[in-house]
Amino acid sequence: MPTQDEIFHKVQSALVDALGVDEDEVKPEATLVGDLGAESIDFLDIVFRLEKSFDIKIPRGELFPEDILTNADYVVDGKINDAGLEQLKKRMPFADLTGFEKNPAVQDFATMLTVQDMCNYVASKVDGKA
Amino acid sequence: MRWFWFDRFTEFESGSHATSVKNVSLAEEQVHDHFPGAGTMPNSLILEGLAQTSGMLVAEYYDFQERVILAKVPRLRFHLRAVPGDTLIYRAKIDSIEESGARVSVTSHRGEELQAEAEIIFAHLDRHAEQRQLFEPNDFAKLLRTFGVFEVGRKPDGSRIRMPAHLAEAEARYRSQAQA
Repeated sequence: MPTQDEIFHKVQSALVDALGVDEDEVKPEATLVGDLGAESIDFLDIVFRLEKSFDIKIPRGELFPEDILTNADYVVDGKINDAGLEQLKKRMPFADLTGFEKNPAVQDFATMLTVQDMCNYVASKVDGKA
Repeated sequence: MRWFWFDRFTEFESGSHATSVKNVSLAEEQVHDHFPGAGTMPNSLILEGLAQTSGMLVAEYYDFQERVILAKVPRLRFHLRAVPGDTLIYRAKIDSIEESGARVSVTSHRGEELQAEAEIIFAHLDRHAEQRQLFEPNDFAKLLRTFGVFEVGRKPDGSRIRMPAHLAEAEARYRSQAQA
């Protein structure tokens, strides 16, 4: 099983290749969209690279739960309601949603995911495989 | 008219890989006009040929039902200039493919020499978001025949790739309308 450090370096390498950023920009606290400039199509690229690098399968919607963000039961006036936040927490135990909860605007969701969140997600997948 | 940036497939295995040929001719406007006096196949159009070769391979995997678009080229490198008289061999290999898109590795060779190499990400447009077709089905069926997909195309079990039913029906409709 890879160590946290090994996971970070592989995730870092995937992000450097997918986003054309420098290694030293890919810090654990860096946000993918805000700091590293990821656009929506980059997430497909990143998912393919992580799947190959870690030999894991990342089902659509698991890393980015689009179905919750577009569900009228969970989104009211562009914000995720309490029931939606509960669902997000269940589906994304790897992500720190503390900051997002304060103002859960759907449009800000993609901007809050960090490199560390991604490492946590990969670690949970690699653990599940072992 | 559309511009087609490779001439035909010479190998096509569903879900795996494909090889196509591009003959570079001075008769092509883009070759003699790109750098006047120094006939050159523009690199951008070599990339387009590589994308068309691999895009067809990706589209076939879902029976040409998905709308496949080039979304991103994460890596691209040219090693040699392609000039009139060159025969470029384009090779495409699917690295990953799923419902939302695909990632392919492509190369262009002149003889044994590596002329260009790239990675390409394709996205499948959401079928339900917009109904507009990228191609008229009868035209697309003709295009597949022109490229030789059904002459060289094989499934992994060795059986031939055949025209998908929805495109065959479009061809039949077009023929019956033309005769009416």
